[in-house]
Amino acid sequence: MNYHWNWGIFLEQVKSGDETYVDWLVTGLGWTLAVSLTAWIIALSIGIAVGALRTTPSRLLVLLANAWVELFRNIPLLVQMFLWFFVVPEFLPRDWSLWVKQDMPAKEFVTAALCLGFFTSSRVAEQVRAGVGSLPRGQRDAALALGLTLPQAYRQVILPQALRIVIPPLTSEFMNVFKNSSVAFAIGVLELTFQARQMQEDSEQGIETYLAVTLLYFICAFTANRGMALIEARTRVPGLIARTG
Amino acid sequence: MGEFDFSVWQPSLPFIRDGLLFTLRLTLVAMSGGIVIGTLLALARLSPIAPLSRIAGAYVDLMRSIPLVLVILWFFLVIPFITGSPVGAETSAVITFTAFEAAFYCEIMRSGIQSVPRGQVDAAQALGLGQAQTMVHVILPQAVRNMIPVLLTQTIVLFQDTSLVYAIGAKDMLKAADVVGKNYNRPVEMIMLSALIYFAICFSLSLAVKQLQKRVAIIR
Repeated sequence: MNYHWNWGIFLEQVKSGDETYVDWLVTGLGWTLAVSLTAWIIALSIGIAVGALRTTPSRLLVLLANAWVELFRNIPLLVQMFLWFFVVPEFLPRDWSLWVKQDMPAKEFVTAALCLGFFTSSRVAEQVRAGVGSLPRGQRDAALALGLTLPQAYRQVILPQALRIVIPPLTSEFMNVFKNSSVAFAIGVLELTFQARQMQEDSEQGIETYLAVTLLYFICAFTANRGMALIEARTRVPGLIARTG
Repeated sequence: MGEFDFSVWQPSLPFIRDGLLFTLRLTLVAMSGGIVIGTLLALARLSPIAPLSRIAGAYVDLMRSIPLVLVILWFFLVIPFITGSPVGAETSAVITFTAFEAAFYCEIMRSGIQSVPRGQVDAAQALGLGQAQTMVHVILPQAVRNMIPVLLTQTIVLFQDTSLVYAIGAKDMLKAADVVGKNYNRPVEMIMLSALIYFAICFSLSLAVKQLQKRVAIIR
């Protein structure tokens, strides 16, 4: 089979309107960034809380937090997208359900960001738990002996150290968020993968299309990696972590 | 609360079973192929021949930094140019997942090989074993044993990831649920069924891996 290369395709107009293909890809990149960054904020807030709960002495809290992690880890992300998009609205009270189905603005985006955020929160929780577990027991004991309550000990002593320790594994989770955001195409978010499929069908220049999109994902992952490395360098716990990479 | 009608689950079962069989076949083929190719890649990465280790490293890094959905689309697009004729979504899925998972199994095998104590190599050589013999009879058996729980955990991830063949329309379990849901106009119930099945399988497998982990703990 012969392939007809056409690198000028990106500046050509799409068949179905007056935009160019570059416009499609830029829109795609915008939605990919929006979904990923929103999801990452959700994942961090919930993940840190759930991860910390898994290390508390309360058996009930540990059980609930473990259940949370197992729930989101054992269902494929794509199925979770469908669950949030089609199934969750059915469980809401009637008025809410109607609003979500008919009037909610940017429904696809909100659903995808929530879904990816909750999914990633279970992975963040796993790392945070490991981070807290890696602290010397004496840190917790000393904090409590000084008269801090358990929540205070977590806020002032345990979490500030644990979170800095887990930055390297969180870096790869952050990069995973950008990769996983591609699954949002399935519920109609106009992100990069959605645009790639659309452009491939519309232009029939699949290889150029996928090369461009692959490059854009690379840039996202690389930027995320460097950004986290910067934070890691700034927040290193003195005398605790050996300098790496 | 919406009104659910779970009676659709009954007639859907034969379709779900066929879909699940494809999902399982895809997982098993990609796992076995992935582990074999992954081990070869790991050996290449650790080899003293610089170009070999660089090529293997580049392949692994490339696969690990692109979203899987995009890899699936890439292979579906490119395979026909290589084979000269169009291939079905199912064949394309098998090739894609084997190639993609190989990169992940490679990293697991690499750390497995590196976790074998140096003394084992020295002892094997002192006994007169050649390099290849040392690898096959001494290092790899220990590396695989140490890494069995991690290899299986990766396989559970793989099992979940196969749902992404949705992007090229291959007929896996999720697709079967999707089709039945459309035919009976009960998409919500069918999504719930597929979520339940995935959860039941993955959760019990991960419990089993945890048990196994305790039993095959590294013996030193």
